[in-house]
Amino acid sequence: MEHYLSLAVKAIFVENIVLAYFLGMCSFLAVSRRVETALGLGFAVIFVMSITAPTNWLIHEYLLKEGALSWISESLASVDLSFLNFLSFIAVIAAMVQLVEMVIDKYSQKLYTALGIFLPLIAVNCAILGSSLFLVEREYNLTESAVFGFSAGFGFFLAITAMSAIRTKLRYSNVPEGLRGLGLTMLVTGLMAMAFMSFSGISL
Amino acid sequence: MQETGTAPSTAQVVQPKEKLFSKKNKRTLSDPLSDNNPITLQVLGICSALAVTVQFNTALVMSLAVISVLSLSNVTISLLRNMIPSKIRIIVELAVVATLVVLVDQILKAYLYDISKRLSVFVGLIITNCIILGRAEAFALQNKPWPSFLDGLGNGMGYAAILLIVATGREILGSGSFFGIQLIPESFYAAGYENMGLMVLSPGAFILLGLIVWGQRMISKKFEEN
Repeated sequence: MEHYLSLAVKAIFVENIVLAYFLGMCSFLAVSRRVETALGLGFAVIFVMSITAPTNWLIHEYLLKEGALSWISESLASVDLSFLNFLSFIAVIAAMVQLVEMVIDKYSQKLYTALGIFLPLIAVNCAILGSSLFLVEREYNLTESAVFGFSAGFGFFLAITAMSAIRTKLRYSNVPEGLRGLGLTMLVTGLMAMAFMSFSGISL
Repeated sequence: MQETGTAPSTAQVVQPKEKLFSKKNKRTLSDPLSDNNPITLQVLGICSALAVTVQFNTALVMSLAVISVLSLSNVTISLLRNMIPSKIRIIVELAVVATLVVLVDQILKAYLYDISKRLSVFVGLIITNCIILGRAEAFALQNKPWPSFLDGLGNGMGYAAILLIVATGREILGSGSFFGIQLIPESFYAAGYENMGLMVLSPGAFILLGLIVWGQRMISKKFEEN
């Protein structure tokens, strides 16, 4: 249990997927103008990531890894399909995103219009593909992947919500005109990344 | 970007077909380098831009990979543009891009194994690099293959330019070297100079990019709302 807790803390704070690995920056910058939309996107990412991470782990473990196909027949034991990782992961993610889109469209029209173009673009949110690739690279097992998927999504949610709150406040300040928009957002993100780095001493 | 005014004045082409390097095509190629840079103005593709910039050579390899994937995917999607049903176009585009990225990844693993290990997951993440899908959606779906190729090349180079600037800054300030060659002499260190540890870590990249954006906005005088 402690092991999973420490994995979660690491994925949420110390190695925050946005602030330490720069993944999902595009939507992080574009959707963080208002707190409401940021919350919506954050939840959508948590949801998609918690499902895709274990699913992709299963696909990698039982279909694509070197020797993974040996459960079908012994003669396939030497087959290594891991070069298909990218293609199959992105297919799973795209399908999941389609599902989430349909659900949100049915139950919350307001959120659906607010998220606009960024909902289909979750499919190309680097954070989601990135977390799937990380769990292959770090050789997590199934439970670890599920925990990691959820916590990485939660880390994204935390970062984007905090950012949108800061940007709402910034609207009332007098910023040099060249720095408005992207420039200032990057600087603030840098400061936030520094703050999150101070968690790096924590281990459970 | 100023060269657009000097289109070749020799021998007007007889047929009305557009010239290979017409004014418009040149603009397509040169605009993304500064006026419409994919990273600083279109805000696309920042994800991978920062993670690979600790050292210059990884940034260079990453830039080449992105340029080749971007121009080839633009051409492919432009060739297929009349056959792709608009409802499933994202999936088709992703499949095209993913295939190209798998190729690039395999080539890197075969010839540049060290660097491909250091780039780790970020080669795979070219698939979800917003520049590539963004350009496919915004340009390749409406244009012929040749302009699409130029657009891909131009945007790829605009991306590479920012990537290399950030990488140069981070490597010199953070490790005191450039392209792996020691730049700051030992005597400096002896005199108490220290590398800026912040630049190697992620906040350094964010802050450096923020400053670059600021500088560029001041030069181009194109400001945005807060």
